[in-house]
Amino acid sequence: MLELTRRREASKAMLWLTPVFAVILTIVAGGLLFALLGKDPVEAVRLIFVQPFLDPFSRTELLVKGTPLVLIAIGLSLGFRAGVWNIGAEGQFIMGALVGGAVALAFYEIPGVWLLPLMCFAGMAGGAAWAMIPAILRIRFNANEILVSLMLVYVAELLLSALVSGPLRDPDGFNFPESRMFHDSATLPILISGSRAHIGAAVALGAVIAAYVLLERHLFGFRIKLFGQAPRAARFAGFSEAGLVAACLGLGGALAGLAGVFEASGPVGQLVPALPQGYGFTAIIVAFLGRLNPLGVLLAGAVMALTYIGGETAQISMNLPAAAINVFQGMLLFFLLGIDVLVNYRLRWRRAA
Amino acid sequence: MRGAEGKTALFEARGLRKAFPGVVANDDVSFSVGRGEIHALLGENGAGKSTLVKMIYGVQRPDEGEMLLEGRPFAPRRPGEARAAGIGMVFQHFSLFEALTVAENVSLGMNDAPPARALERRIREVSAAYGLPLEPGRHVGQLSVGERQRIEIVRALLQSPKLLIMDEPTSVLTPQEAETMFGTLRKLAAEGVSILYISHKLEEIRALCDGATILRGGKVTGRCDPRAETARGLAEMMIGRALAAPAVADWKPGAPKLSVEKLSVPGAPPFGVALKDLSFTLRAGDILGVAGVAGNGQDELVAVMSGETRAPSGAIRIGAQPIGHLGPDQRRARGLLVAPEERLGHAAAPDMSLVENAILTGRRRAGLAKQGFLRFGAARRFAEGVVSRYGVKTAGLDHAARSLSGGNLQKYVVGREIEQKPEVFVVAQPTWGVDAGAAEVIRGAIRDLAKNGAAVMVISQDLDELMELSTLLSVIAGGRLSFPIPTREVTVEQIGLLMGGGSAAEPVEIGLLHA
Repeated sequence: MLELTRRREASKAMLWLTPVFAVILTIVAGGLLFALLGKDPVEAVRLIFVQPFLDPFSRTELLVKGTPLVLIAIGLSLGFRAGVWNIGAEGQFIMGALVGGAVALAFYEIPGVWLLPLMCFAGMAGGAAWAMIPAILRIRFNANEILVSLMLVYVAELLLSALVSGPLRDPDGFNFPESRMFHDSATLPILISGSRAHIGAAVALGAVIAAYVLLERHLFGFRIKLFGQAPRAARFAGFSEAGLVAACLGLGGALAGLAGVFEASGPVGQLVPALPQGYGFTAIIVAFLGRLNPLGVLLAGAVMALTYIGGETAQISMNLPAAAINVFQGMLLFFLLGIDVLVNYRLRWRRAA
Repeated sequence: MRGAEGKTALFEARGLRKAFPGVVANDDVSFSVGRGEIHALLGENGAGKSTLVKMIYGVQRPDEGEMLLEGRPFAPRRPGEARAAGIGMVFQHFSLFEALTVAENVSLGMNDAPPARALERRIREVSAAYGLPLEPGRHVGQLSVGERQRIEIVRALLQSPKLLIMDEPTSVLTPQEAETMFGTLRKLAAEGVSILYISHKLEEIRALCDGATILRGGKVTGRCDPRAETARGLAEMMIGRALAAPAVADWKPGAPKLSVEKLSVPGAPPFGVALKDLSFTLRAGDILGVAGVAGNGQDELVAVMSGETRAPSGAIRIGAQPIGHLGPDQRRARGLLVAPEERLGHAAAPDMSLVENAILTGRRRAGLAKQGFLRFGAARRFAEGVVSRYGVKTAGLDHAARSLSGGNLQKYVVGREIEQKPEVFVVAQPTWGVDAGAAEVIRGAIRDLAKNGAAVMVISQDLDELMELSTLLSVIAGGRLSFPIPTREVTVEQIGLLMGGGSAAEPVEIGLLHA
């Protein structure tokens, strides 16, 4: 019988080496997977991890893909630390895009520097409001926020489809289910000319720094960590659990909503049913791969953005199935959590007594 | 080999050593226990008693040295092997499932448990033979602490041990229950079972044990016949310095600090105890001792004092100010500080450093947070002060609370509250698991606090401690608190009887105390 015994204090170095090992194991196992599919594993891994760095356009695309991942994962990691499991960031992302995009369309063709901030604010409010549904249900009825937030993702997807097929549909769009293209004032400024990398990348970096300060220096971060580690001690310290659940879900929803606005008003430029790319789910992997630490999330966001871009390249040039890339990303989380167990627990073989 | 009593040694340890990262828990420890001997293992917290016992019981393995059982080498790799070889152990903190019956709990801890019916018969036989009344079919959740301990003892006895290890067995018992248990142990010893007895209560060891081994800092510092020593002499051997004589209580109560009036709180299911109609007043300088067997409402009382459980606003007042409706943080701001019994996970966050754990309760009164930002420098100085004033042994302030031994964490938790200069201080089990020297430091700090005008409430199951420390005494039983009366007017026996009958099922008539 295998037995796990808890180590007294897990080693600090291992805490940060684990993600590195996880990436290495994922490359090895992913290579095996690609070989089984009859593809050259070395070439596949090279396309996913090296190729994006060699091409200037791919390099800027890292920022495009990394921005929503990092923004969402920052919000999620705060909640995860507190033991608030928001799995529905994808839905909050959609609601943010929808509300922010609706503002853009409402002021269609009206110029003004105030429009983008207004859209961002509306998008954050939309995402936060969507996240408040699981928050209130948990606080009031002790409903599991994992299930509620996840289910609301599908509601949000259908709502997006319905709205871009109805009220938000482009009147000159030949009945295609998509909105008008946003006008200039509702489109994000480009950071690097000739690319799609937008100002949102700078905002994401700011969010990383703010989250770091919040977690390491502020009472709010202390409260988050305390609830995650020892809920009873947190109540003894005098912190309210309901307030924390609402704050974590609200903040996570707001950041996911902001990422949604950025996506709609940046690389996509309109509302379309295919707007959600699974960032909200991939961000869960990013949060854990980054050890729920803002700086780690930044690095992990870069790695995951790499697999997105490299994955697309590999799909095109090697004919790899899209699902293989999803499996690849999933393996990363699997190996990470697996190694984590071994870091925190000692594995012993024990004969049945 | 000869044991301390001149009997043949049953168990012998030779040169045992066990080191953990940063600390040598046991170093060259040798001692022997004779057949039928009751041998005491005496030492401060962190002296290495627990590690030593864990090695004997197969939980840990020594780095160096050897053990002999009946003259043959003995190296258990796990508790099952130790039990098979004839070692029985009764832990300080019971490992029982409250929702299961006595018999089911017993069978879970046995190597080869007999069928249920046969087991119940054997439980009855053993419990009758050794004066440990137990009903195999009852659910553990309904039993008193004393009864729960009997389950552990019976479980150990069912395996006919040669050596029975008892870890702080009386810390949760009433005097009567303890006396009954001593009878059992003497009977076992007379039948040739050896007993290794771990306790801080020196009087007990003098009354019960034939031999003693004293540990300090992981090393054996003395061997003696406790019957030939005074309690004071034993304590000095254990801590290596003279005990400070208890300060004479110079008790002149002042103005009312805390008043509780008709406070009732429903108990949380399934095992919570409801508090019924509590009323009392604490004045400046009062130290109210609340005696009682665990599970009679102590936890609920602490929670309602700390603000984790809210009460009607007027039911609790500080001075004239109603605070019943306030949460822990606002109560701290008004001077009511609480140190709960459970250190890890309640009073302290296990994975947080000592510095962070200082912020846990000290963020307002000790100014460890300002405008929402944490002041780590101030928190470090505060934690440093607590560690040095209360003699907390730690590898450093940045180590997790989990890495401290129980007694040292207790010192830290109690010190953390006292250093914040409370107006009213409620503390549960202030010296549970703390060695004699540190216990005196904690008691001294509590006395000084009261002397300087604070009101203190001490909730403890250690009657000796309450008798020594408190100026007023009351008993909690079945969720009711008896009217506090001056400590010098009550006797230990009186209180013990009240507590003994006071299981949750049969509340004690409060009037008895005044009779």
